[in-house]
Amino acid sequence: MGEKVLMKGNEAIAEAAILAGCRYFFGYPITPQNEIPEYMSRRMPEVGGVFLQAESEVAGSNMVYGAACAGARVMTTSSSPGISLMQEAISYMAGAELPCVLVNIVRGGPGLGGIQGSQADYFQATKGGGHGDYKLIVLAPASVQELMDLTITAFDLADVYRNPVMILGDAILGQMMEPVIPGKREDLDLPPKTWATTGAKNRPKNVITSLILDPAKLEQHNLNLKEKYEKIARNEVRYRTYMAEDSETLIVAYGTCARIAQAAIDMARERGLRVGLFRPITLWPFPYDALRQTAEDSLRVLTVEMSLGQMVEDVRLAILGTKPVHFYGRTGGMTPTPREILNEIERIVEEGI
Amino acid sequence: MHEEAIFAGFGGQGIMLMGQLLTYAGMMEGANVSWMPSYGPEMRGGTANCQVVISSKGVSSPLVTEPLSLVALNKPSLHKFAPWVAREGLIVYNSSLIEAPPERRDVRILGVPCNEVANELGDLRTANMVALGAYLAITKVVSFETVLDAMKMVLPERRHNLIPLNRQALSRGMEIASLWHSQDPGREIS
Repeated sequence: MGEKVLMKGNEAIAEAAILAGCRYFFGYPITPQNEIPEYMSRRMPEVGGVFLQAESEVAGSNMVYGAACAGARVMTTSSSPGISLMQEAISYMAGAELPCVLVNIVRGGPGLGGIQGSQADYFQATKGGGHGDYKLIVLAPASVQELMDLTITAFDLADVYRNPVMILGDAILGQMMEPVIPGKREDLDLPPKTWATTGAKNRPKNVITSLILDPAKLEQHNLNLKEKYEKIARNEVRYRTYMAEDSETLIVAYGTCARIAQAAIDMARERGLRVGLFRPITLWPFPYDALRQTAEDSLRVLTVEMSLGQMVEDVRLAILGTKPVHFYGRTGGMTPTPREILNEIERIVEEGI
Repeated sequence: MHEEAIFAGFGGQGIMLMGQLLTYAGMMEGANVSWMPSYGPEMRGGTANCQVVISSKGVSSPLVTEPLSLVALNKPSLHKFAPWVAREGLIVYNSSLIEAPPERRDVRILGVPCNEVANELGDLRTANMVALGAYLAITKVVSFETVLDAMKMVLPERRHNLIPLNRQALSRGMEIASLWHSQDPGREIS
């Protein structure tokens, strides 16, 4: 175990990528994630890697496609409007089954929006921001340490499943500083990248494409992808709970909102209210079963998001109408305060809804 | 121990540094800590602030919305954040740039002429350390020595020559606050 250092969330992501063996970074600057390319521009040359500031997010994400084809560990990072520009490449990479890590440090939208933190890109990340039947693995860290650890995990998951993995953070997580123990890469038995286009001397050539014109073959490709997604959903669901065991009101929140909700839960417990937290870490695959089981003895569920209600749809799918699912959110870069959440808890408890 | 503080002032007054020193020192003393800056347009010449949590428990919310302490180095940030301070909390304000003390009767208030003191020390840029010293003397969140150690970690090597001056500024701030402490806590020092 290394020594604790104080790091910004964005810096932790960048250093984690280096630790995970990422040696190719392509990106285009945008607030509030600029510390990542800044850090990479300094660190990549030190470790013999490539830092390239592309002419746009469209170009940067296609450079990721290229490096991934060649079997490299590669990453790009951006914030909401930039991630929108990358959707074509993301769909292509999912279609071509290319491992890569994408980071979205979400800011307020829609459109150019603002630069303060938001969680309004949940739909885009988990339901397919690009075209076609595909899934990204989406990880939602809630601390700087988790930003570091989950970024390392993201590279491994990408390689194990040959799939793009997205880290869904927000401006608050990216900008804040917390103590971090630099992560260590686990020695996983990763499959060799026999599919990569590394030069076909002495072996049959590899072709990487997402173009399959024969509909029967394209359907079969989609069915193969589906099988892979089902395997991921069986094996990779991650979540945490906080004081959930005896909770009458179960809050569901991820990332920054989970941290704020935890403060609200402490306030509620001081007032004798039985409130707990369920925090999805994988937003896709969403922990439907675990949430349903955790909420079994609760009277109600309250979803808190920095959006007008996106994850709440998955929460409703998990709860399946067996109890009320309430929603509280702030958006546009505004953040719910612990007291606002407490007020909402008190309101629904008092009204018995 | 649990502290939630907001440091606020003009961009360029060293607001982020004050918060980082406190955060780093808290971490070095074994507490759980977080530091959250304002960023973007307001940092570029406008008001800047950072929010610090130091706690022997885990840090839940890194956002400070009901601070136990506020250190305000200019008028706009005092006006913005003074109403946020929790009852019986603490406001340390820079009386060099803020003529009227904040209108709160339910908190402890200390005015410190940070700019004058810093000028006496020969460098206006140490005004932030005068304020931090005063804040530390009252709250005792971390020790003076740990803050000096943190300075070595937070300041780049080429700035380490400034540590003795910053040390002086911290000490002056502490002296001023301890003087205030021994008197009527409602009174202002100027």
